[in-house]
Amino acid sequence: MDLLISAIEILMRWDVALALLAGSVGGVLIGAIPGVGPAVAIAILLPATFSMDPIVGLTVLLGIYGSSMYGGAIPAILINTPGTAVNALTTYDGYPMTARGEPRRALSLAYSASFFGGIFSVICLILFAPVLAKIAPMFGSREIFLAALLGLLLVVVAHRGQALIAGGLAAFGIFLQTIGLEPVKYSQRYTFGSDFLGGGINLIVVVLGLFALSQAFVLLTDEDEKIRLTKLRGGMFQGLRELGRHPRVASVSAAFGVLMGMIPGVGEFTAQFMSYTYAQRTSKRPQDFGRGSSEGLIAAETANNAVPAAAMVPLLALGIPGEALTAMMLSVFYVHNVVPGPGLFQNQMDFVVALYLALLVLNVLVLVFLLFATRSLIQVVRIPNRFLGVCILTLSFVGVYSLRNSAADCVMAAVFGVLGYILKRLSMPSVPIVLGMVLGGIMEVKLRAGMARVKEPLDFIDRPVAFILFLIIIVVLAIHVRRVLLDRKEVKEAEWQTKNSSTRFGRLMLRRRNSFLKDRGKVVRARHSKLLRRLTGLF
Amino acid sequence: MTTEKERRFVGQRRGQLIFALAFLLVSVILLSLIGEQTRWVNKTKFFAQPRFWPAVSLGLMVLFGALHLRRLPWWKNTRYDWWEVRKWAAVLEYAGWFMAYVILVPVIGYLPVTLVFVPALSWRMGYRSRQMLWISAVFAVLVVILFKGLLSVKIPGGMIYEYLPGALRSFFILYL
Repeated sequence: MDLLISAIEILMRWDVALALLAGSVGGVLIGAIPGVGPAVAIAILLPATFSMDPIVGLTVLLGIYGSSMYGGAIPAILINTPGTAVNALTTYDGYPMTARGEPRRALSLAYSASFFGGIFSVICLILFAPVLAKIAPMFGSREIFLAALLGLLLVVVAHRGQALIAGGLAAFGIFLQTIGLEPVKYSQRYTFGSDFLGGGINLIVVVLGLFALSQAFVLLTDEDEKIRLTKLRGGMFQGLRELGRHPRVASVSAAFGVLMGMIPGVGEFTAQFMSYTYAQRTSKRPQDFGRGSSEGLIAAETANNAVPAAAMVPLLALGIPGEALTAMMLSVFYVHNVVPGPGLFQNQMDFVVALYLALLVLNVLVLVFLLFATRSLIQVVRIPNRFLGVCILTLSFVGVYSLRNSAADCVMAAVFGVLGYILKRLSMPSVPIVLGMVLGGIMEVKLRAGMARVKEPLDFIDRPVAFILFLIIIVVLAIHVRRVLLDRKEVKEAEWQTKNSSTRFGRLMLRRRNSFLKDRGKVVRARHSKLLRRLTGLF
Repeated sequence: MTTEKERRFVGQRRGQLIFALAFLLVSVILLSLIGEQTRWVNKTKFFAQPRFWPAVSLGLMVLFGALHLRRLPWWKNTRYDWWEVRKWAAVLEYAGWFMAYVILVPVIGYLPVTLVFVPALSWRMGYRSRQMLWISAVFAVLVVILFKGLLSVKIPGGMIYEYLPGALRSFFILYL
């Protein structure tokens, strides 16, 4: 109880109240504009929050993070374009509802489900905080190193079909953080003799380039779309009643959101996928999913809104961000000399609870705002793409230049902007670079400290938590290798269209021996190559 | 005919091979420079060596880059790949706009440059209506007032502000 009172005291300030309001309204607006998203907004606003108190700055950023998903549901439901990437699943059932003349029902259901997810996760985590406070001190240097390694590994293997390049990009992120003056032996690493690189590459410069500038480039090279909006009539409160009819789907989806949010590198997409699959499998009308099912909409929206609060757990308890947005927030902590980790849970528990209470209030503010202002708010989706690109480019300047007033930082951000643009064109992820930079730095420091007392390799995992983390890493690797092998086998079988025959090379040669040996085979191959020559000659 | 491997590939085909080759090449070049760009310190543990983490990260970049290249379903660059590279190069124009903005702000000042930059880039993007140009100008003024005036972010005053008379000069340097 004392903890709650001191947490409320931290929040009872006019600047925190203003931050809550700005974060919630700003987040909804940013989420509602397709093509902006919370990552771009947080990247731009980061340097502006450095001059604020940690609680004020973090409230603004958390507000944008938590409320953007509410706003992202609006274009997902009304124009079939997700406002943020995590609202993609909302289009499956939200847009069909609009198409059959129920946009108001879909929107109010999405808001109610998001609200439930947000509140559920915050309450869970406030109740869970004392347990975390007991577990967090068990994490020493070795455990934090292993947890960071696990987080990085999960981010890489989560990119199915792209794990190799995701691994390469994560390694690139680790390399970027090694550039500059090494802090222990004071030796230069990859500075090529330049003073600018001696200070290292700033995380915020990379983040602004990869997220904000690259998005501006994408929008500037894109075409403007013509948008037709459906008119909304009537009240927005029916969703709350409808949500009450599906308590099981809502609670299970929120629980998935909390669990997946706490695991570094997993996040909203997995939570949504699991809750949507669960809702479909247990529904009495599974055939409605994807055609405007209220349960599908509840599952998607509840799960994604339960994640932000949970994603703060690894950041606050261990100092390990699980995804790009929390990685950006980590820099706010460092600027104010607040070191997130076990110490924060032991010594500043009221600060942690205050953050969770801020999220709770935020959810209420956003819901009230949306219930009354949706009709005016939907106009923001009309902003043309290329003009948005101009706006983001202008705002990115504030983010990069205000850091150190350095033109070199801006050149670096522009380079990363072009890299981010190329990655977007190739559908490759840029998140592993950011997490590689953040987690790479943590891993370097913690491994050095952890190895100081280790005489034999096995000593590194002789503590229970370290051993459990090591086992999880092995299991994750084993599951990934198995999945890769199964995928490869599936590809071979699909290519040869025969599941009964062996896919081994020797067997293949044996099956085709007649074609290779007989004269008939030679004639057929000659005919084929002649046809191919003629065909290529045409071009 | 599209193979199963090509069908299952995540993302477009255009530019993949060029990117994979460039990534591997850069990684190999950086790794080859490790002896020159990092130091091996005597009487220091292996894991605490300044060279350890660059070696790990660059080694992984080379390994993953090579495996990614090896697993690509395409081994030949087509003209479409080079069209894609031209598309990548096209954004250099906008990077140039951005850098021009960065260079001009400390000289001419945040407000005047933003007031010209936003409408000019909007014009370049094809918005010629008077309404859009006004919206651009209003947006520019709002950004300056919000970030420099209200949030006091660190953006220096323009050099030409020095020529303004007394009180106006300090007002411009502080807020615009």
